[in-house]
Amino acid sequence: MNKKMPDTPFLDQLEGGPWPSFVTGLKRLAEDEGKPYAGMMKDLLGQLERSYETRKGYWKGGVVGVRGYGGGVIPRFSEIAEDYPESSEFHTLRIMPPAGMHYDTKTLRKLCDIWEKHGSGLIALHGQSGDIMFQGCTSEKVQEAFDELNEFGFDMGGAGPSLRTAMSCVGAARCEHSCYNEQKAHRFIINSMLDELHRPAMPYKFKFKFSGCANDCVNAIQRCDFAIIGTWRDDIQVDQKEVKKFVKDRGRKEVNDQVVNMCPTRALSLNDDDTLDIDNGSCVRCMHCINVMTKALAPGKERGATVLVGGKRSLKIGDLMGTVIVPFMRLETDEDYEKLRQLGEDCIEFFAENALEHERTGEMIERIGLVNFLEGLGIDVEPNMVNSPRTSNYVRIDGDGWDAEVEKWNRGRKSA
Amino acid sequence: MSAKPRMPDECGVPDPMPLMHPVLKKNFGQWKYHDRPRPGVLHHVADGGDEIWTVKAGTQRQMDIYSIRTLCDIADEHAGGHVRFTVRSNIEFMVNSFDKVQPLIDRLGEEGYPVGGTGNSISMISHTQGWLHCDIPATDASGVVKSLMDELYEDFINEEMPNRVKITTSCCQINCGGQGDIAINIQHTKPPKINHDLVANVCERPSVIARCPVAAIRPALVNGKPSLEVDEKKCMCCGACYPPCPPMQINDPEHSKIAIWVGGKHSSTRSKPAFHKLVIANLPNNPPHWPEVAEVVKNILKTYKENAQAWERMGEWIDRIGWPRFFDLTGLPFTKYHIEDWHGSRSSLNASSHLHF
Repeated sequence: MNKKMPDTPFLDQLEGGPWPSFVTGLKRLAEDEGKPYAGMMKDLLGQLERSYETRKGYWKGGVVGVRGYGGGVIPRFSEIAEDYPESSEFHTLRIMPPAGMHYDTKTLRKLCDIWEKHGSGLIALHGQSGDIMFQGCTSEKVQEAFDELNEFGFDMGGAGPSLRTAMSCVGAARCEHSCYNEQKAHRFIINSMLDELHRPAMPYKFKFKFSGCANDCVNAIQRCDFAIIGTWRDDIQVDQKEVKKFVKDRGRKEVNDQVVNMCPTRALSLNDDDTLDIDNGSCVRCMHCINVMTKALAPGKERGATVLVGGKRSLKIGDLMGTVIVPFMRLETDEDYEKLRQLGEDCIEFFAENALEHERTGEMIERIGLVNFLEGLGIDVEPNMVNSPRTSNYVRIDGDGWDAEVEKWNRGRKSA
Repeated sequence: MSAKPRMPDECGVPDPMPLMHPVLKKNFGQWKYHDRPRPGVLHHVADGGDEIWTVKAGTQRQMDIYSIRTLCDIADEHAGGHVRFTVRSNIEFMVNSFDKVQPLIDRLGEEGYPVGGTGNSISMISHTQGWLHCDIPATDASGVVKSLMDELYEDFINEEMPNRVKITTSCCQINCGGQGDIAINIQHTKPPKINHDLVANVCERPSVIARCPVAAIRPALVNGKPSLEVDEKKCMCCGACYPPCPPMQINDPEHSKIAIWVGGKHSSTRSKPAFHKLVIANLPNNPPHWPEVAEVVKNILKTYKENAQAWERMGEWIDRIGWPRFFDLTGLPFTKYHIEDWHGSRSSLNASSHLHF
């Protein structure tokens, strides 16, 4: 006889309404009699309903992994397994998706088939980490599930104190704002450091994210330790004919209100003949005018990326945005990408050697100071790294040190 | 002798090129401009003249294989068998002629997938794991998102907000959901209750002590057993001690409340990226619909929609009108808890005679 469906009066209420319901999906799996996961999903629904009743979570961690790797499986054991025995082990496999999250249906169907055979039939596309999360696997089946996913060309993502799964925006695949090949950078960097990703041995996590422009569609600046955000160094490309057309269509007031006056550095001005004047020296590459006037304006031709380091959320010292360590890196040739990769590797190496346990890169920099971090990486200071020079006069400036710094600055100016 | 165990093929991040829609692949890095013919649809034109229409649909993120297969059927029938996902769990179907857009939208509608989330709409709420899978959640994630997206549905399928709105939820104060125009986060209000019988066996005490942002945790001997104690006056109830030491029980079915924060932004577009700011706390954690949260969120969104100028994100709108007016327009109270007291707090004080009346 089939196991009875649990009563779920709370969850049932999440099946109505216009938005797709995850509860309906869970029930579909629980009622999929004859499938290995039907009983597991009945118990999972039961435990979830219990959480809704009591407002408490009932999962605890543990140690589960696959042969050869030190991380990537998120173990979940139920604290109330006696009531819900079949979902007492409900582990997640974090699997790295293709860069930019492109799929063909053949691949997605195969992933479903594998998870139907070895897991719960529940897949999250995607987790906040950027992984495909295959949710709901018993300890016994983790290895065989991974083996089949791995043989199909997919690899484990990061978990624990290690290099983590990265994310890249749609970028060059479908976006005219793209300032570099996000997917190439993503795969080139991560795939060169898989040892750091699969075998956690760092003070804490380290994340890369790749956004093609300042719109930062993968939220790189705050959600990773090493953000690569596309930008350009020359002038915005302007098609004045398209500008005039835009002004004609929308009217001068709208263009002034929504484009010119919204420029954060007052770098725009609408000319009397309805062409656009751009002070490129004042432009901060924020993307606003380009976002509004997609036909008339485009990023410049000398494209590359800015590198910002140290973003993270609260724990422990408070929220941090990434801050600039390299204002512009050209990203065209393979050598350019290798330079970026090397910088990432140097940064990880410095982090591994200097961070305290459970300290993120941004926290380490806060503790030791940006200058020490830059010196460790061999990067020269420059004014794009700060909002303003220091305002506190509590600084010891010795004469020789000052002269050496001035000489370095002058040398840098000459070689640029 | 048994066979040698299989070792992993360390193949890394898969190459998206073989999986990508052929028009995207052909025009990789050669796109010229885009526009939006209707909400939920993007139209991109390549330098060489090729065009692609993208239809974006919301999903439940936590998907059963049958839902994924249905989406695959739709992609096979209408979109050449290719899809991609956005970071907010929306699915995108690409078609190479405008004629194919409406039949695809109709089909998605039949299967219950809303088309929208583009431009100045409210996109899918980014969320975390919650009771379904997290080991430290104080609330659910998928359920909060489902019930809120039901409420915000019209603003997902239309583009009527001043600018895009990104909402996030998080089921603990680690805030895996990230920054948002509106962030809905649990806020613990009582110090952890410690199960002293378990601490010695479960927790590595020095590392738990090191985790506390305000150094409120000390080693202690309780009933003859090594344990930990919390200086409850110092403790600000962040829950940082709980993940490394589950006997430091921070989740409280009654006293873990929901707080709402606004004005967070990741992009460097116009204004610099910003962290979200607290606007209201002490809302009940009330499954399965969290109606008190939904009411506040809808009120903030309505006020933003009525008052912000085109292209102003939530935080940029408030920067212009000022916080006094924000609290006035939304009717939300301003309390002593809104004033920052963490490191660097002076920079959030008004050191000027700029005032809003």
